[in-house]
Amino acid sequence: MNENINQQEISLEALQRKDKAAFAQLVAQNSDHIYRLALKMLGNPQDAEDILQETFIKAFNNIDGFEGRSKVSTWLYRIAVNESLSLLRKRKDNLTSIDAGLETDDGDILPKQIIDWCCLPERELISDEARHYITEAIDTLSDANRATFLLRDVEGLSTREAAKVLDISESAVKVRLMRARMQLRESLTDFFANKLAKESA
Amino acid sequence: MNHEHDHQPQQHNHEHSHDYGHDHQLSCKDILTNLNAYIDGELDNALCRDIETHIKSCPNCRIVVNTLKKTIQLYQMDGQETMLPDEARHRLMSRLDLDDYVAKE
Repeated sequence: MNENINQQEISLEALQRKDKAAFAQLVAQNSDHIYRLALKMLGNPQDAEDILQETFIKAFNNIDGFEGRSKVSTWLYRIAVNESLSLLRKRKDNLTSIDAGLETDDGDILPKQIIDWCCLPERELISDEARHYITEAIDTLSDANRATFLLRDVEGLSTREAAKVLDISESAVKVRLMRARMQLRESLTDFFANKLAKESA
Repeated sequence: MNHEHDHQPQQHNHEHSHDYGHDHQLSCKDILTNLNAYIDGELDNALCRDIETHIKSCPNCRIVVNTLKKTIQLYQMDGQETMLPDEARHRLMSRLDLDDYVAKE
């Protein structure tokens, strides 16, 4: 679980001389991860596909400027996150302040609901309805917290790698991750507590 | 927060902490402060043990820890099942002018 991108070593030198086989290998190793990140960031398969394509086109065009101080996968994540955030900003510019509330999840991280729903049967935890809810709940996080959560907990990056991708400090990654996790826990508690009540009724 | 009152240890665990030969009584707030690092396995053994001791005797913290772990696990499962669809992969390779390499993967 939570595996990092499984990097079979790809020669940076080959990538920089635009070797197609090396680039195809890079795409093969990273495309699922980049697509997944974009899909969870944007919530829309078409947008995710656009970001995926843009990420690799930018990588291909800018590989000369990549100095190899981080893993190539980290660099790809960085391009994809920046592209996703940029698209999200554009979307918001087209709206009025309707979704302003979505950006204000910076409140405290204290747990509000203490309900043990872990005992629910597996069929309830992974039902289609639950999965749909889980997918939607992540959209209620702020863009910054969502990106942090996805990189750390879904893509399995270390705090340090996530900090590089997001260009923030490691302590900022930790704060954002904590807020994201606690907010998602509350959201899932809302949903599963309801199921729990029905189970025991 | 209305949970503040609720989210207190149900009982103190003097016996447990003495078992470990030191007197680190953690509060629920200490648990929250260290929750991320605890879940990620980044704490030193002594603090980890203190947290586990607290959790054993504090149902509220136990529920928070367990539901938080489960939340993360459900997102990991959801993530693992999300793959790039084949048609989208083909369009990507075509856009990158790498069609020749599609069959090799």
